[in-house]
Amino acid sequence: MGVEQKLGEMGVVTARLEDMVNWGRTNAMWPMLFGLACCAIEMMSTQAAHYDASRFGMELMRPSPRQADLMIVAGRVSRKMGPVLRRLYDQMPDPKWVIAMGDCASCGGVFNNYAVVQGVDEIVPVDVYVAGCPPRPEALIDGILSLHEKVRGEKMKDWA
Amino acid sequence: MSFGVASPRSGSAKAGADTMEELTVEELRAKYGTGLDVESDENMLLSMGPQHPSTHGVLRLLLELDGETVVNLAPDIGFLHTGIEKNMEAKTYTKALVMTDRTDYLAPLSNNLVYLLALEKLLGIEAPPRAQAIRVILTELTRLNSHLVWLGTHALDLAAMSVFLYCFREREYLLDVFEMCSGQRMMTSYFRPGGVWRDVPPEFEPAVRQFLEFFPARIEDYEALLRDNPIWLERTKDVGVISADDAVDWGLTGPALRGSGVALDIRKVMPYSGYDQYEFDVPTRTEGDVYARYACRMDEMRESLRIVRQALDKLPEGPVLADDRKVVPPPRAELGRSMEAVIHHFKLWTEGFSAPEAYVYQAIESPRGEVGCYLRGNGGPKPGRVHFRTPSYVNLACLPFVARGSFVADLVAIIGSIDIVLGEIDR
Repeated sequence: MGVEQKLGEMGVVTARLEDMVNWGRTNAMWPMLFGLACCAIEMMSTQAAHYDASRFGMELMRPSPRQADLMIVAGRVSRKMGPVLRRLYDQMPDPKWVIAMGDCASCGGVFNNYAVVQGVDEIVPVDVYVAGCPPRPEALIDGILSLHEKVRGEKMKDWA
Repeated sequence: MSFGVASPRSGSAKAGADTMEELTVEELRAKYGTGLDVESDENMLLSMGPQHPSTHGVLRLLLELDGETVVNLAPDIGFLHTGIEKNMEAKTYTKALVMTDRTDYLAPLSNNLVYLLALEKLLGIEAPPRAQAIRVILTELTRLNSHLVWLGTHALDLAAMSVFLYCFREREYLLDVFEMCSGQRMMTSYFRPGGVWRDVPPEFEPAVRQFLEFFPARIEDYEALLRDNPIWLERTKDVGVISADDAVDWGLTGPALRGSGVALDIRKVMPYSGYDQYEFDVPTRTEGDVYARYACRMDEMRESLRIVRQALDKLPEGPVLADDRKVVPPPRAELGRSMEAVIHHFKLWTEGFSAPEAYVYQAIESPRGEVGCYLRGNGGPKPGRVHFRTPSYVNLACLPFVARGSFVADLVAIIGSIDIVLGEIDR
């Protein structure tokens, strides 16, 4: 990040705490290994060799919500899955973020019927919506970068 | 219902728990009480899933454990129930096609094909030879695609991570081929009633030929990583053994059946789309364990390559859509010249075509086994009933019997070797 020029002879860098913390949060944001349906396969592609989400500080996908910062809701959420999803969200430690990946998670997609929750924002607060059925890995990466941008702009007074 | 975007930490989002049912372990135990026959105080009850990396989706297993040993288990499915079959009744036959992609999302084109073959049987039309050959090539590539995901995740479950990265590298190549034809990577809906959406582009054949060129060596690479790997052998040999008789009794199909030595393949016994013109073998193994199912699928990938090569060599020229104007919309060029074409175009894109009051069943060999489509027409433009006989659903039913007495860690290997897709089980 070009910090060397700013260090000076004392080896000290001055920065705002907000910036430092947000920088840290964006560069080690571990997603939860949580796939639901078709989008989960594209999420795996994003993680695999060709697209390589490690470039964005996401080396590890944690199956345990206790170790995750980011929930990528990849796929359709059924009425039966809804409470489970909420519980997983509640188990994640703060600070935490949610990406609704794909049309089903964003708004129900093609499944406007009795079985599917019409958008995961009925259950958990969503930060970024990614369109597509399923979205390409590039689209998911774009969503992740949008989230990073959002996190970089967060204010200390809102951390609580 | 709230559509507002709440701040991530405001806590104002409403939990939908009041309208949604959640089963506890105790309730599940009461439900499956007869299945769990050993009920001592020493045994432990463990809920595995629906959020678990190795259940390949949102499958929940209720395990009764004696130490590390699985005494009994009951699968709890339905976490991905999407109402696909019911929803298809509300759409015209053409629109319902997009729902079929999303049942078995690892093999969307196989599902397109089984639905369309059923529909074409109901309507009494047939796709032209070129379209049939294209369908065969693409469904075989879909099989490879699906097996690559299976191999990658199965190996990942058993801690061989590099295989996953290699498999997804080759998968990207295949997805590029699908995208070249249809414009979409996964949910292509490329097959249409009476043929395929449009002819394959000129780049298609060289791209597939290049794949045929390099892929056999890649299969060797995967096998080199696993075949002589003592950990892999230890985890897969003599684990989850299914005898041939049991496999038949439980109605298993696909590699799960062929790994037990029964050479049943729908492509051979009930050929469709001209599969009888191609020469290929049905690989079987007799051991019936996890390794046998792995070996079957690896051999199947080679057979798929053989089929693709033959189909590509004798790809016939000609149209890719049937010329039945009551089903297939007229080409754009005809609309300027023919009043009849304009009427057909209008009718097909507003109302759709009607199918007679009759029912059909059509089965094909998907990567997981026999996927069947029961389709009933009611005289109108929408299906009266669509039902899928999905191989994952039937194959999963054997899990409690196979896994009894094995370790929890072996359960992961067995689930991987049966190769289930939850989207197909719950629909």
